Amino acid sequence: MLGHRLSEWCGHGPILEEDIALTNIALDLVGQATLLLGRAGAVEGKGRDADALAYLRTDRGYRNAHMVELPKGDFGFTIVRQFLFSVYSMHQLEALQSCADADLAGIAAKALKETRYHVRHSAEWVVRLGDGTDESHGRAQDALDELWRYTGELFTTDAVEQKLVPQKFAVESSTLQDPWMRDVSDVIARATLRMPGEVYQQRGGRSGIHTEHLGVMLAEMQVLPRTHPGAKW
Amino acid sequence: MSASDSGSTSHKLWEVFTQPPGGGPHEHAGSVHAADAEMALQNARDVYARRNEAVSLWVVPSDQITASTPEDMGPFFEPGNDKAYRHPQFYKVPQGVRVF
Repeated sequence: MLGHRLSEWCGHGPILEEDIALTNIALDLVGQATLLLGRAGAVEGKGRDADALAYLRTDRGYRNAHMVELPKGDFGFTIVRQFLFSVYSMHQLEALQSCADADLAGIAAKALKETRYHVRHSAEWVVRLGDGTDESHGRAQDALDELWRYTGELFTTDAVEQKLVPQKFAVESSTLQDPWMRDVSDVIARATLRMPGEVYQQRGGRSGIHTEHLGVMLAEMQVLPRTHPGAKW
Repeated sequence: MSASDSGSTSHKLWEVFTQPPGGGPHEHAGSVHAADAEMALQNARDVYARRNEAVSLWVVPSDQITASTPEDMGPFFEPGNDKAYRHPQFYKVPQGVRVF
C-alpha cells in the first residue's frame, strides 16, 4: 500500500536524487509485500498467490492501517508518514525475527535491513525539514499534526492477533508503542517540531473499514489485471 | 521532475567515490546533489551503490577539489618523450617474473 503511494512520486521528486531514493524505498516495500502476501497465500491454502491477494481483493478485504492509504500529499507529508511508519515497521520486524513461522521470520530478517535504512533516510529528512526554513518547518508540523490521529491504530491489538500471539505467530502490537514513541520523540525533538497532544484516534483499517482514498487508489493499482485477467507482465 | 523545480540548483554538488567489493581503492563514480554530508552519503548510496557495486562510500564537496585546467595540459602532461631515462624500458625482466 505504502509502496504504491511512494511510487506516485516517480518522476515528481523534489530533486533527481530524492526521486530515486523514494522509488527505491517504494520498490523495497513492494518487494516486502510480495513476500508477505506470498506467504499469506500459502498459509491460507486456497491457491491465491501474492498477485491474487494484491490485485483481486476489494477495499473491504484489505486490512492495512489507514495511515498508509492516505494520498501522498506534499513532500513533507510523505516524509513524516514514511518516518512514523518505518519506525513502527522496524520494531515489528525486529520482533518478528523470532516468530514461530520460519518463513515469516526469514522475511522479517531480510526486510529489517531495508527498513533500518528507510528509518535513517526519513528521520534525517524530518530533522532537515523541521529544522529548516519556516516553510519546511510549517509543512512538517502540519503533516505531523494531521498524521497523529492515524498512529493509534498501529498499536491496537485485535482478536486475530490475540489468538496468534501466544503461539508466537504474531507480535502484540501494543508492545511496540513504547519503543516507537521513544524513537519518534527523539527525532521530533531534534527536528525542533512539537509533539501533537492527545487527539481522537481513527481506527477501522485493520477490520476492513477504510478511508475514501483506498477505493480510488485500488482502482488505479488493480486496473491492469482486472481489465486483462490472467495477463502476464 | 517538473520544470518549476529548482531544487537541484540550491543544493551543493558532491563527488562520489565507491570502493568495489573485494578491496581495491575507492574510485570516482559520479556526483550527486545534497544539502549536507549525511544526505549526500544517502543519495550516493541510492544512486551508485544499490546493486552491490560498493562496500564503502566517500562523498566530497565538489568545490573542495582542486583540479588542473585545460591550460595546464602542456606543462603538466607532456611526457617529455625525449628524456628517455624517465621511462624504465631498458631493464630486462628476470626470468620467472611473469607479471610486472
